Amino acid sequence: MKLKKKDLSRELKNFTINFGPQHPAAHGVLRLILELDGEVVKRADPHIGLLHRGTEKLIEYKNYLQALPYFDRLDYVSMMSQEHTYSLAIESLCDIQIPRRAKILRVIFAEITRILNHLLAVGCHAMDVGAMTPFLWAFEEREKLMEFYERVSGARMHAAYIRPGGVSVDIPLGFLDDLYLFISQFSLRLDEIEEMLTSNRIWKERLVDVGIVSYKQAIDWGFSGVMLRGSGIPWDLRKSQPYEIYSEIKFSVPVGSSGDCFDRYLIRVEEMRQSLKILSQSINLIEEGVVKNNSYKINAPFRSEMKNSMEAVIHHFKYFSEGFVVPSGDTYTATEAPKGEFGVYLVSNGTEKPYRCKIKAPGFGHLQALNDMSVGHMIADVVTIIGTQDIVFGEIDR
Amino acid sequence: MKKKFFLSNFKNIFPYVLLSDKNNEISVIISPSSLLFSITCLKKHINFRYNLLSCISGIDYLNTNYRFGIIYDLLSLNFNTRIRVKTYVNEVNYVDSIVSIFINANWWEREVWDLYGIYFYKHPDLRRILTDYGFEGYPMRKDFPLSGYVELRYDQTKKRIVLESVELAQEFRYFTFETPW
Repeated sequence: MKLKKKDLSRELKNFTINFGPQHPAAHGVLRLILELDGEVVKRADPHIGLLHRGTEKLIEYKNYLQALPYFDRLDYVSMMSQEHTYSLAIESLCDIQIPRRAKILRVIFAEITRILNHLLAVGCHAMDVGAMTPFLWAFEEREKLMEFYERVSGARMHAAYIRPGGVSVDIPLGFLDDLYLFISQFSLRLDEIEEMLTSNRIWKERLVDVGIVSYKQAIDWGFSGVMLRGSGIPWDLRKSQPYEIYSEIKFSVPVGSSGDCFDRYLIRVEEMRQSLKILSQSINLIEEGVVKNNSYKINAPFRSEMKNSMEAVIHHFKYFSEGFVVPSGDTYTATEAPKGEFGVYLVSNGTEKPYRCKIKAPGFGHLQALNDMSVGHMIADVVTIIGTQDIVFGEIDR
Repeated sequence: MKKKFFLSNFKNIFPYVLLSDKNNEISVIISPSSLLFSITCLKKHINFRYNLLSCISGIDYLNTNYRFGIIYDLLSLNFNTRIRVKTYVNEVNYVDSIVSIFINANWWEREVWDLYGIYFYKHPDLRRILTDYGFEGYPMRKDFPLSGYVELRYDQTKKRIVLESVELAQEFRYFTFETPW
């Protein structure tokens, strides 16, 4: 048989595959349309919205206090950071101050949350890349931290602890002692995780020079948090626009040099160590006092007052049925959540319900750069890049 | 002092309609026609350098002439300041896309288009983003009911997911009482 010339030339076509929405490495419900040339990614088109619950719409129909638990459920691995931002936004609109003890408690829980988040980020990232052990160790530690959540709020994850005007209740007796015990042993656990990963040849081969984001790209893409610092931009809202008592605390902000996945891993580990520093300083700074602003308008009256005062009973009823009125105005309040800058754009029209509450999730901004970060890499590196972006769909889809 | 200089400087070169400085947050209202110029100016001008776009949000003021607001939150890493740029349009007008200036405006504008139905002129890829494939309507508009219009259900006989109009056993209650005292 004689071959014709047109049969000899092969036609090459790019291969399009569907990554997700149910894929263990997709960190939830990410559907990724990948266009592949062999194993090299030509285009990555993330389809999001599979976990869209209409949080922003629901918040418009709830009063300010009822809307608070939705923030736990956005990024469900850094719960209290988001409550914190929302509470700060309300406090900024109402123009109220909170007691110093409440500020310190907020910082303590914000940093506990940061460790919680980074443990999951590093652990799951390692698991996606193929190292199972650090994941198990990280979850052991997370369990201890969630016990701290449980001791103040009764819930392990969705705490609703940080509220407008302070925190919901004071910490129980012995809490800070146990926190100190945790701090003193945790850096050893971090050493163990680092021993497994930082100089591990396989880990480095998978992470070094993968998903490089240059200094300029990081700003152009509007990155925040670790993604921004990994590319060498020293920007941390705790330092640059300090809130609560961060201005009194000494800690350093780790910054990367090459902007690859390995740098971001190192930054996450170092941030956990810095969080420990912040925690131990906060324990030393803590002082006696109340944990709530004493205005009836923004906080429920204390139980002891309700025993003696009719006024307090009335306010208690009004507070939990009608809610409190926030003066009209708008504010964009942002804090340094573990994943980056978490912002709340809150518009009030002078009623007890928010008129608009826009949630600026850091992951949303990071995920749209996925295409640029993964083009030219192998398909396995896409998993690494998703891991390094620390994607959680609760906040992206809202 | 720094802020005072900033504001005085601002007034000379910027085509704004209204400027407010409440709660230490600067916000300006501009007309949609000067949006591209204003954003470019804020990003590039040596005195502003708002080089990072934090987010774009939409807002719906029902029953007003210019119903939709689009709010751009910009951050200057150099001067450590934020600014909020607001512009207002209605259903029949469009607003220019700023993807040519800030590439990360892409998804934020898609989100506003998806949830409010505000059209962004010259946007490279204006698809829906958060809602379901084949979704109709703009859910964040104030006249869109909280429960929506359709619900999904798995049909045993047809062996597939079917769309049905929402039937509530009890009408949705808004709990908007006037305060009696």
